[in-house]
Amino acid sequence: LRVAVSGRRTVLIGGASAFVLGGLLARVAGAQTVTQSLAQATNQPGVPATAAAPAPAPTVVTWESEMKRILADGQVSEGKLALDIPEMAENGNTVPFSVTVESPMTAESYVRSLHILTTANPQPLVAAYRFTPDNGVAHVASRMRLIATQDVIIIAETQQNAFLVARRTVKVAIGCCGN
Amino acid sequence: MTTRPRIIIPTTIKANDVIEVRTLITHVMETGQRKDRDGQPIPRNIISTFKARYRDKLVFTADLHPGTSANPFIAFNLKVSEPGELQVEWTDDKGTSVVEKSAILLS
Repeated sequence: LRVAVSGRRTVLIGGASAFVLGGLLARVAGAQTVTQSLAQATNQPGVPATAAAPAPAPTVVTWESEMKRILADGQVSEGKLALDIPEMAENGNTVPFSVTVESPMTAESYVRSLHILTTANPQPLVAAYRFTPDNGVAHVASRMRLIATQDVIIIAETQQNAFLVARRTVKVAIGCCGN
Repeated sequence: MTTRPRIIIPTTIKANDVIEVRTLITHVMETGQRKDRDGQPIPRNIISTFKARYRDKLVFTADLHPGTSANPFIAFNLKVSEPGELQVEWTDDKGTSVVEKSAILLS
């Protein structure tokens, strides 16, 4: 859905700019150019549409679908999972966070991976980190982009296929990724 | 990836310490969602893989997605039992790969 909408926006912008260009050229070069640029203006919207049509419908990636993919049929269990992130982020371009999962981090019992998801970003995934017992502590720190106020979800997976999930709302003053 | 990436480790490390390794690299992390002035989409180019090896053994990896900020900072922990070389590798969507090394010595 999202792809279709942005595609349409491109088409409209394309059409509009061709039309404006047509108007400018008409003033300069007269009637012949007008018909030419009008033809361009009518052709333009067709180009992206036909180009997009044969492509297979892209599967929409949502945080729900990603969460389902990560959890698969695994069991969500109790466990200590600490997400450190500001309650209120000034700048959505770079929101610092850190995650610590309580685990002995031995060959018999360790945290295998940690996934970070966001509920309102156009692309919900932030990162997936993979640990080994050599890490000693299941801890990671990084910085994420947040387009608006939304929830951040973290999912830790142990080597016994148990999942730990935590969720936190982060208020964002200025969102990231302006066009 | 123009400037040299950085690996920051504690100055004094004793045997069996769990240290924090902090890494930083310069990269635009273009999401693929933005458009240029002509309305053309700017192709995605992010660092998608991060790998850390210690004494030639893979100890920590990450798959990065567009939700990770530009100039990615990534910190992880490492249990150090013996001195050795820590090697960090960043690879972006264009296949450009940068490797930085840091010697871990025990005091």
